[in-house]
Amino acid sequence: MDLRVPRIRPKALKVWRRNVLVWRKLITPSLLINFGEPFLYLLGLGFGLGMFIGNMAGLPYLTFLASGIVASSAMNTASFEGMYSVYTRMVPQRTYGSMLATPLDVDDIIAGEMLWCATKSTISATAILLVASLLGAVLSFTAVLVVPIAFTIGLCFAGPAIVMSAFSRSYDFFNYYFTLVVTPMFILCGVFYPINSLPAALQSFVQVLPLTHAVALVRPLVADQPLTNTGLHLGVLLFYAAISYYLAVILVRRRLIV
Amino acid sequence: MNQTQAATAIIEAIGVTKRFGAQEVVRRISFTVPRGQCFGLLGPNGAGKTTTIKMILGQSPLTAGVLTVFGQPLPDHASAVRARTGVVPQEDDLDPDFTIAENLRVYASYFGLEGSDVDTRITELLEFVSLTDRADARVDQLSGGMKRRLTIARALINDPDLVVLDEPTTGLDPQVRHMIWARLRDLKQSGKTLLLTTHYMEEAERLCDDVLIIDHGAIIARGSPKTLIREHVEPEVVELRGANGRIESLLGDGTDCRTESVGDTIYCYTHDSRPLTERLQGTPELSFLHRPANLEDVFLNITGRDLRE
Repeated sequence: MDLRVPRIRPKALKVWRRNVLVWRKLITPSLLINFGEPFLYLLGLGFGLGMFIGNMAGLPYLTFLASGIVASSAMNTASFEGMYSVYTRMVPQRTYGSMLATPLDVDDIIAGEMLWCATKSTISATAILLVASLLGAVLSFTAVLVVPIAFTIGLCFAGPAIVMSAFSRSYDFFNYYFTLVVTPMFILCGVFYPINSLPAALQSFVQVLPLTHAVALVRPLVADQPLTNTGLHLGVLLFYAAISYYLAVILVRRRLIV
Repeated sequence: MNQTQAATAIIEAIGVTKRFGAQEVVRRISFTVPRGQCFGLLGPNGAGKTTTIKMILGQSPLTAGVLTVFGQPLPDHASAVRARTGVVPQEDDLDPDFTIAENLRVYASYFGLEGSDVDTRITELLEFVSLTDRADARVDQLSGGMKRRLTIARALINDPDLVVLDEPTTGLDPQVRHMIWARLRDLKQSGKTLLLTTHYMEEAERLCDDVLIIDHGAIIARGSPKTLIREHVEPEVVELRGANGRIESLLGDGTDCRTESVGDTIYCYTHDSRPLTERLQGTPELSFLHRPANLEDVFLNITGRDLRE
């Protein structure tokens, strides 16, 4: 197995740009989904449920929920892209095969894909922020800092998703990852309620999950609260991104460079 | 190897070996492809052709041996080697999300090529493969032959010194095949080195200066098609249909026929077919074909008639 540490080169941007060009062709339906889905969530849950809840952890529920959904949506977007789309390009479409006949290496392909996943996360998070601000849920201009944070969240979740793609023999395999990893984080990591309401054991467990740290960064910026432990939260996200990039490169090399 | 050889060799393989677990798919093969040659890599399915090509492109690490392309060892210099190489893979891997022109433009960007030079190049290449009027068509609207031609155009986007073609004409109709052959000859004329794998011996015979026949991962013959035919089979072949049981009497004495029987057909390989063909004039009920020996006869002679895979 080729365990060499991957090189990150500007060539990765060519892979990123290929995906941008494809996305541009489908821009209308993608943006409709990016705006439509959070709109439904915030309208339905934020207003509907918020009516009964009122405030949560000192915030209007709509604000609490919107900030959680921004983070979880960045996770979801990168996970989807890193699995279904990356797998499609890697296996049935043989796009990586064609790239590997050019000066591009697996290192460049995976770096480009992670950048692209993170870009999509950013687009999705920004769309939700815009919807949330229209609904009056964004309480501070510091919310613009959520945009680069969303990119980091995207990087953090793109890598593990690509690792799954590298193992996968079919699309069905991704159900495991969604059911066992993505959905539990969505439910447990503070998107819908503060994690300190969880049992103590579970509270320490969710501290190792990246979405907890993603939410911890996004919520204060949206809700006009002071950021705490910023270095730790960013560090966890970047740690996951770096480790998973390395793993993804090794595993995709193992799959394609045989 | 002397100095001049080193200067003109595009591909140099010395004892190249590839193992997957216990299975040795390429066994200590050594060969040299000089600049400007069309070099054929022939062999039955599973012979190790595609694995060899993957190693040449740095897409598969060697288990043992030394392999250099443009004097640069692989797989360490894969990126640099691929920058000067064009590849027509066996299976279609065009980008279905793009039109024909976009496919070429995006592919060019992988080589770091951008701008108006690329647009000029795309126009030339589409003309070269007769797809000019299809520039804005989607890939899924193309026939198999058009896809192949586009793949060939794509392989030339970086103006490569070496073009690697893995079964470029498999599954194509005769019109497209002849067109592709003509284009490959043009490429050779323009000084490019071609490495070609094919199942069609006729194709190799028409295009290749030199061929390497490999089977079970090892080289079993090499040379120009003409030399191989001279060395491995008799110059003439008579194919007889429906002559089973009568062949002894037809051959009679004094003929030097070596016969092989496949189903209802008997192949007679000979240096002088006249005695046999004269006798066959007297048996109008038998159909026969008299032809010069070709590379396919060589291929079947040395790799056997057993079915593969």
